[in-house]
Amino acid sequence: MEPVLLSVGGAAGAVSRYLVGLALDNELFPWSTLAVNVLGSFVLGVVLFGVSNDDMLLLVGVGFCGAFTTFSSFGFQTVVLWEQGEQKKAAINALANLVVSLAAFGGAWLLIAG
Amino acid sequence: MLRKRLLTQGEAIVLIALGGALGANLRFALGAIAGEALATTAAVNAVGCFGLGLLLFEARADELLSKRFRYIFATGFFASFTTYSTFIADIALTTPSVALVYITASYAAGFGGVFASYRVVSAVSNEPIQLSAEGER
Repeated sequence: MEPVLLSVGGAAGAVSRYLVGLALDNELFPWSTLAVNVLGSFVLGVVLFGVSNDDMLLLVGVGFCGAFTTFSSFGFQTVVLWEQGEQKKAAINALANLVVSLAAFGGAWLLIAG
Repeated sequence: MLRKRLLTQGEAIVLIALGGALGANLRFALGAIAGEALATTAAVNAVGCFGLGLLLFEARADELLSKRFRYIFATGFFASFTTYSTFIADIALTTPSVALVYITASYAAGFGGVFASYRVVSAVSNEPIQLSAEGER
C-alpha cells in the first residue's frame, strides 16, 4: 500500500508544481518555486498537526507535499541567479524560501492547535 | 490562455507524473532504511541538487538529452526526490541549535551540489553553459 500512496501523491505533487510553474513563469525571479515551497510547507503543517491517519500522512505529507516542494530547483535557481551576477536576488531567494515557508508551517500550527 | 496550454501539455504531464512517483518512493525508501531523518533529508537534497544541476546545466550547454528525458528526470524525478516541506518541518520540530546546523549544512551541501554539477558540465560539454536561458522546473 505504501508505494501506491507515495506514487499517487508524488505524481500529483510533481504535476501540480509544473502547472504552478506554467502559471507563474518569470525570468526575473523564481516566484513559482517560492510559491510551491511556501504552500507545500503550509499543507504539510496542516497534515502533521491536524491529521492522525498514517495513510493520509504518506499520501499528502510525504508524497504530495514532498514532491510539490523542491529543494533542488530552489538550489539550482539560486545558484543561477548568483552566477548571473544577481547576488542580491540570490540571497533574498535563499532567505525568503526559508523564512516564509517556516512562517507558513507555523501558521498551520496556529490554525490547528490555536 | 492557460487552458489552451494545458491541453497541449498532456505528454509532459504524464512524464512528470512518472518521475514524481519515482522520486517520492525513493526519498521515502532511503529515509526508512537510514532511520536518521534529518541527515537523510539533507543528503537527499544535496544529491538531488547535484543531479538536477547536471541535467539543467547540460540543457543550457550541449543539449544532448531530450526534453522528454528532462520532464521525467529533472522536473519529475530530481525535483520530487528533493523536498523543501520536510526540510521546513524538520527545522520547526527540532531544537534551535540543531536547526541552525541543519539549515547551514543543507544550504551549503545543496548549493555546493549545484556548483559541482556546473563544474562537471562545463568540463565535459563542448558548448559554454548559457546562464541567461529560461529556467526549467
